[in-house]
Amino acid sequence: MSAPAISWRRSRPWALPVVGLAVGLAFLWPYLVMLLDAFRPSEDVVQTPPSLLPRVWKWSTFGEVLGDERFLAWLKTSLLVSVASTAIVVLVAVPAAYATARFRFPGRMAFLFVVLVTQMFSPTSLVVGIYREFFSLNLVNTYLALILTNAAFNLAFAIWILHGFFSSIPVELEEAAELDGCGRFATLRRVMLPLTLPGLVTATVFTFIAAWNEYVVALTLMLDDTKKPLTVGINSYVTGYEQNWDQLFGASIIAIVPVVILFAVIERHLVGGLTAGSVK
Amino acid sequence: MTGATGKPAAPVGARPRGRRRATVRGRGAISPLAALVWLAPALLLIVGVVLWPAVELVRASRSRYSITGLRKGPAGWDNFRNVLANDSLGTVLTNTVIWVIAVVALTIAISLGVAQFLTKDFWGRRFVRWAVIVPWAASLVITARLFTLIYSYYYGSINAVLLDLHLITTPIDFLGSDKLIMPSMIAVGVFVSIPFTAYVFVAGLGAIPTEVHEAARIDGGSPWQIWRHITLPLLRPAILVASVMNMIYVFNSFPIVYTLNESNPGFSHDTTITFMYKLAFKSAEKDVGQSAAAGLFNVVIILVAVLVYLRVTRWRDQEEQ
Repeated sequence: MSAPAISWRRSRPWALPVVGLAVGLAFLWPYLVMLLDAFRPSEDVVQTPPSLLPRVWKWSTFGEVLGDERFLAWLKTSLLVSVASTAIVVLVAVPAAYATARFRFPGRMAFLFVVLVTQMFSPTSLVVGIYREFFSLNLVNTYLALILTNAAFNLAFAIWILHGFFSSIPVELEEAAELDGCGRFATLRRVMLPLTLPGLVTATVFTFIAAWNEYVVALTLMLDDTKKPLTVGINSYVTGYEQNWDQLFGASIIAIVPVVILFAVIERHLVGGLTAGSVK
Repeated sequence: MTGATGKPAAPVGARPRGRRRATVRGRGAISPLAALVWLAPALLLIVGVVLWPAVELVRASRSRYSITGLRKGPAGWDNFRNVLANDSLGTVLTNTVIWVIAVVALTIAISLGVAQFLTKDFWGRRFVRWAVIVPWAASLVITARLFTLIYSYYYGSINAVLLDLHLITTPIDFLGSDKLIMPSMIAVGVFVSIPFTAYVFVAGLGAIPTEVHEAARIDGGSPWQIWRHITLPLLRPAILVASVMNMIYVFNSFPIVYTLNESNPGFSHDTTITFMYKLAFKSAEKDVGQSAAAGLFNVVIILVAVLVYLRVTRWRDQEEQ
């Protein structure tokens, strides 16, 4: 073996973690800046010359934000809308993906094509149309409108991921279950769903994050301050009239934490989900 | 679009190969009505909340609106003509092309390296994977607002660090300079797109059997040769998925360009998405009709771009393999 190969083998146990630290910091540094900004008074955030560390430390920001009723209302909206739209997507996408993967029927390809096309429609491009629809339905400023929009625009991705999964499971497995006396729905629930769990996890997480972070539609539809989700609401911490950068960033960190925890919990499934679903 | 289920499908079952597949991988034919039971909820959502707004958008694009958003009557094709005649349209389209191509290309290139690294086995890998996830978990609005501050001429931390290290003597105006704003926005676009892309590649790398690499190593391939001639071709499906998804996301991306560019007047650094939004809510005209027309152009542009991309990369061939 050549000399560089041997030295690499020796240095590898500590070299890789060091590179890992650098990679991790490359992705975290803006959010570390944000964390530092949450721990200093707002005036200190916007002072020239800038300083990386707070000149004055302020520890009360998170308490202020969590004690702010507006913030709690936005948090409630975000949770409600994200959970509800994710639930709808899963309930609606599973039968559609299963049927297109398992059955042959007239219109199957047409349906899959429509799904593919809607993947390219963004709520941002359609926001004028979305507003007009919900205006005519008298649903502007309701949670329902936001939930339906988030569900509908994330449906395509979920169907595609799950379609890939259901297609990859051998049909014999299902037939065996049916021979053992499972009905079609029992088969779906007891055999297929456990096998598609990584795909379900992937679809769930994608929908949840997209709904949690959706901005333009919520900005347009939700007029009541208390009904806004976090993404829209927290912007009122820094406006032309009041500038509470510390609170904006404190609230932002609180908004990020649940998503990162969700990710950390399901990360291993997520990788499997992307493999089988979108990468054959 | 309920007619979609009534339309005859491609005669998949008629081809001998298709029939074999149907018995191996599918459950055979069912009637459209039975299929509708499974598809109805999805169709309802798609028709009710995606296609209906699309139709509303078409109607809005053919109507005239007052500055307060009240419909004043039909406009024929005036809104489309006005959008096409807008002096800034050329700039906006050029910006969009630069924005999408630069962000997607850089994202794919960097994510390939990041993913390769994340599949290595080392102490602390889980923490690095969690860290990579953070820009994806943070909402784009938050990240965009954060970067307006980080880039800031007066109080930005990038300038603070560069000044402290004596690399520059006067602060850099990242967001106010015509030359620097696009690269600055692209950097943020790439930064937030890497996590998703890297994860698709991690999944793709995980799907490559380890024997393939071992065989290549025994045959004496250098690491670079192995990567270039074995890993990269086997990653092709993942690269296609990632590039298509990124094209759609980046093209439709609103908060980064809108927020970082907020202090600049006019449309000189806008993409077609922020251009459309500003037409309705920020421009002097506040014209909902023109904005709707621009929105339709956007839908068509991304549709055509993705279809052309799929055709050029022969997506179908890949699926058949």
